[in-house]
Amino acid sequence: MAKPPGAREIFRKGLFDENPVLRQILGICSALAVTNLLLNTAIMSLALIFTTAMSSATVSLLRDVTPPRVRMMVQVLIIACYVIIVDIALQAWLPDVSRQLGPYVGLIITNCIVMGRAEGFAVSNPPLPSFLDGVACGAGYGAVLMAVAFIRELTGAGTLFGLHVMPGWWVNWTIMVMPPAAFFVLGTFLWVVNSRTPKAGAK
Amino acid sequence: MGTPVSPGVIFFAAIFTNNILLSNFLGTCSFLAISREIRSSLGLGAAVTFVMAATAGLNHLVYYKLLVPFDLVHLRYIVIIVVIAAFVQLVEMLIERYSPALHVVLGVFLPLITVNCAIFGVALFLIIREYSFLQAVAYGFGGGLGWTLAIAALAGIRQKTKNAPVPKGLVGPGITLVTAGLMALSFMAFSGMVQMQ
Repeated sequence: MAKPPGAREIFRKGLFDENPVLRQILGICSALAVTNLLLNTAIMSLALIFTTAMSSATVSLLRDVTPPRVRMMVQVLIIACYVIIVDIALQAWLPDVSRQLGPYVGLIITNCIVMGRAEGFAVSNPPLPSFLDGVACGAGYGAVLMAVAFIRELTGAGTLFGLHVMPGWWVNWTIMVMPPAAFFVLGTFLWVVNSRTPKAGAK
Repeated sequence: MGTPVSPGVIFFAAIFTNNILLSNFLGTCSFLAISREIRSSLGLGAAVTFVMAATAGLNHLVYYKLLVPFDLVHLRYIVIIVVIAAFVQLVEMLIERYSPALHVVLGVFLPLITVNCAIFGVALFLIIREYSFLQAVAYGFGGGLGWTLAIAALAGIRQKTKNAPVPKGLVGPGITLVTAGLMALSFMAFSGMVQMQ
């Protein structure tokens, strides 16, 4: 087993080199669905960071006692437990946001990023690096989502975090808060990022 | 939901106006990965439709007959995931045993389905929207057909654009997302035909 990579290395990978959304095209579902308002996106990103970090750490802690045969099932159950915690916490403290996010909080369970980190990193690394890796990948996901949400909310509703910032003559681009724009903005994002930085070692 | 919506309306809406892929973004991961050929995307679509319709009904029963009476609603995520995984496993074994021909067509796709967020999303939606049993099954079936329609159409478009001069940075997932966006835009033309939330 190789020596676990340092914290700096983990963060660089999670945020840039192997950014889950832009480089590995994982977790697209929620990236498209929740990015019409910045506030929802921020909450969603925090929820994902928490889930990825905690489930990676737990999977890593249990990696020596988990029978390989049922590994996937164990991982899904661990992830589901943390998602339930997130869901209940949201319902209690932020009922409005919880209602708007609807099923997408629960859908973190099937978010490929969480599973991918558990399977790709946590099963072969100690708990602390796994935890950091989860935070890094969650943050990488969050950063992309916030950027997409920033564009969509600013042009679509003229607001940022619900505050009106656009001048009076601004006409809202309603299309930007509708589903199709999510595809366009994310596609354009991929375009910009891929043209700027050639894929280095990406699959 | 105030007035009861007939299952037929829900079925229709799930295919066109509220297409699970193009307006709810569920199942985008496999959508982007599989949609290279029409044949394989139709195979996956058939498997998804079948599992989605069946697990929608199954999860509805489990939720209202088991979880609600015993006050275990907070465990629903775990239970739903286990129901879906178990169902897929069971179907795979049954198909393998009784219909090898069908297994050749659907076999490779079934394991993928367990982690398909569309199946899980449908189960969550039908709980949030408080569907009745029939409505739930109609929603699952329609959602699956809508998903199949979207993925097969995208596969067709991708086959055509394979040789098109796409800007270098946009090749691959980028252009696929933009194509999907255009499809979502055209599906918006259906909105207004049926109203559903």
